[in-house]
Amino acid sequence: MASSLVPPPSTSFFHTKKDLNLSAFSSSSSSSQRCHKHVSKKICCSVAAPQQTQRQPSTTGSVKTAMTMTEKIMARASEKAQVRPGDNIWTNVDILMTHDVCGPGSIGIFKKEFGEDAKVWDREKVVIIPDHYIFTSDERANRNVDILRDFCNEQDIKYFYDIKDLSNFKVNPDYKGVCHIALAQEGHCRPGEVLLGTDSHTCTAGAFGQFATGIGNTDAGFVLGAGKLLLKVPPTLRFVMDGEMPNYLLAKDLILQIIGEITVAGATYKSMEFVGSTVESLNMEERMTLCNMVVEAGGKNGVIPPDSVTYKYLEGKTSVPYESVYSDQQARFLSEYRFDVTKLEPLVAKPHSPDNRALARECKDVKINRVYIGSCTGGKTEDFMAAAKVFLASGKKVKVPTFLVPATQKVWMDVYSLPVPGSGGKTCSQIFEEAGCDTPASPSCGACLGGPKDTYARMNEPQASSLLLSQHFVCVSTTNRNFPGRMGHREGEIYLASPYTAAASALTGYVTDPREFLQ
Amino acid sequence: MAFFSSTATIPQNLTFVSSNKLSSSPSSTTSFNFVSFPSFQSKFCKTITTSPQITRAHAPPAPSTETTTASSFHGLCYVVGDNIDTDQIIPAEHLTLVPSKPDEYQKLGSFALIGLPDSYTVRFVESGETKTKYSIIIGGANFGCGSSREHAPVALGASGAAAVVAESYARIFFRNSVATGEVYPLESETRLCEECRTGDVVTVELAENRLINHTTGKEYQLKPIGDAGPVIEAGGIFAYARKTGMIPTR
Repeated sequence: MASSLVPPPSTSFFHTKKDLNLSAFSSSSSSSQRCHKHVSKKICCSVAAPQQTQRQPSTTGSVKTAMTMTEKIMARASEKAQVRPGDNIWTNVDILMTHDVCGPGSIGIFKKEFGEDAKVWDREKVVIIPDHYIFTSDERANRNVDILRDFCNEQDIKYFYDIKDLSNFKVNPDYKGVCHIALAQEGHCRPGEVLLGTDSHTCTAGAFGQFATGIGNTDAGFVLGAGKLLLKVPPTLRFVMDGEMPNYLLAKDLILQIIGEITVAGATYKSMEFVGSTVESLNMEERMTLCNMVVEAGGKNGVIPPDSVTYKYLEGKTSVPYESVYSDQQARFLSEYRFDVTKLEPLVAKPHSPDNRALARECKDVKINRVYIGSCTGGKTEDFMAAAKVFLASGKKVKVPTFLVPATQKVWMDVYSLPVPGSGGKTCSQIFEEAGCDTPASPSCGACLGGPKDTYARMNEPQASSLLLSQHFVCVSTTNRNFPGRMGHREGEIYLASPYTAAASALTGYVTDPREFLQ
Repeated sequence: MAFFSSTATIPQNLTFVSSNKLSSSPSSTTSFNFVSFPSFQSKFCKTITTSPQITRAHAPPAPSTETTTASSFHGLCYVVGDNIDTDQIIPAEHLTLVPSKPDEYQKLGSFALIGLPDSYTVRFVESGETKTKYSIIIGGANFGCGSSREHAPVALGASGAAAVVAESYARIFFRNSVATGEVYPLESETRLCEECRTGDVVTVELAENRLINHTTGKEYQLKPIGDAGPVIEAGGIFAYARKTGMIPTR
């Protein structure tokens, strides 16, 4: 039984940093997996990055000082032979992404500092993606998209994913939706490159083996004009995940496990590198989920070594040449965490912090009012396929309102067209309809971050007619943050969970372990 | 280290300097029960000869072109806990405001910390006001975590706050504070959010890396702000880069 293999919830799954980063699942194996604070060699050869035997000499150079992936990417971007954690380096930027929330402010700073007539450093390296507040009657929100459009026209920006007709997103062929997913789908995420974006979840792109991190308006204004930014090289934490992924777990469970372990500040200023046989087995969207939430641990960036899965995804998406880099065998990691994925259970992050980890089954008495499936974290095609799998397995109807917001126009199309395995050819949308979910909404960031009051599925004021005064608004969500007020109402309670757990919870009206339906 | 001395006295006519951050000066200095060891008094008196002023990248031009070195901040403090994320500092519904537009900059200030739960019975900016009466925010660990929205330090700065003193910061918030020059993100050596209470009268002395709580009479060590200090003082990275000749002046 899975439950008998799992330590009690209060027990660390792997040792804390104070325990010198040892990793073990049980006392019997701890000695063989022991490692020192500065790991100077691989502990277990089974976790070696898959591409290492194919590396070109130029990829790593003659290795005098071993470097991690993140250090190598930053060394190349700063035209240095080597960099060390703590070095402040002027880093050349391959892609700068901004959106409707931070774009107007970044543009304002760019114009103020470089001049009204200034041109961006490279019109093909600026990617502008309206996605946050799109389907709203908020005039200022609509104006902000207009500001983006004017700027893109004036600067002849090559990649601007515009939306003009808000009444029907489908008549806007350029419109994509959630920026981090659109960046990947449109081929802007490439191994070995540097991607900066005015959004904390820019780190999602680390799934492609690139350095990707979020910056503010002022830094973005600087990059728009200069094409580079002063960055500090972060030290790297390494997470080795081995074992076959059980059929009730998703990457969301893995990252919730890690954040619960190292806390919401455990990776502050640090890079998080994910390796191991489990990571190798994940598809690109699942890898993106893993990297997406490194910022919830305070991380500067997350990286996954590119491999054949990466290259397959990139086929036909980009014509820009890229070069993958990998951590050297002797690279120094600040610490290394290991875990055996086969022993994990479905998790949630309870209100009001992403590190407030609990087993989903421990929260089975928590009554919920709604379920939300969407965002850059949990609104990708694979996320909807996962939710559909649970609905299909149960054959029942949802007991609470279940909101579905595909991240991008492509995801929306997939939801309406791809057959769900084992369903006899049904699409996700058909399965969702049969289960009684709300109709999939127009792609955008939606209610993940609350947004304007008229945002679809936003947690607004609890309605006295339907809720007791003492009862809180409780949502199980596949999104990334559950701080107070994140999805709208300040007193709303958000349980972060995988699409499996979210769908299972929708079916029961309580936080529910998906094994109830998937076993 | 003794924080108390029964012999130190404070001139009765002492008036605290107020920076442009401080909207309400204490009505009576004599009511302070603060005392300190001997060296404190002279240093304190030195700081009151300066006129602290923060220059901010986003802020509308100050009426006076004169800016002087910010060496201390004085005023009421507002105390929050751990992991105050950017949604609590400035909820996402207000992110339609563009910080680089002066009128919207002011509006952002009126919403500063409006996302704190109802358990915070005292609001940071009172309803109907655009400025806070608290010039210093005291927080716990990981202040400013969450989103990369620069609106967060901007809202705090626009509300009139001069500094945040927290145990630690989330990376992007710290960087955005420095890049904009909106607020000084200072780190405390100890857990001040459990030592101070909202409404306490405090002074932050930058040069001394010290926070004095005049209400309780205690003093605390802060971590040096280091190279980030001059950048904030100049008014952000662009202003600093021009001031130091890194980029041409316009």
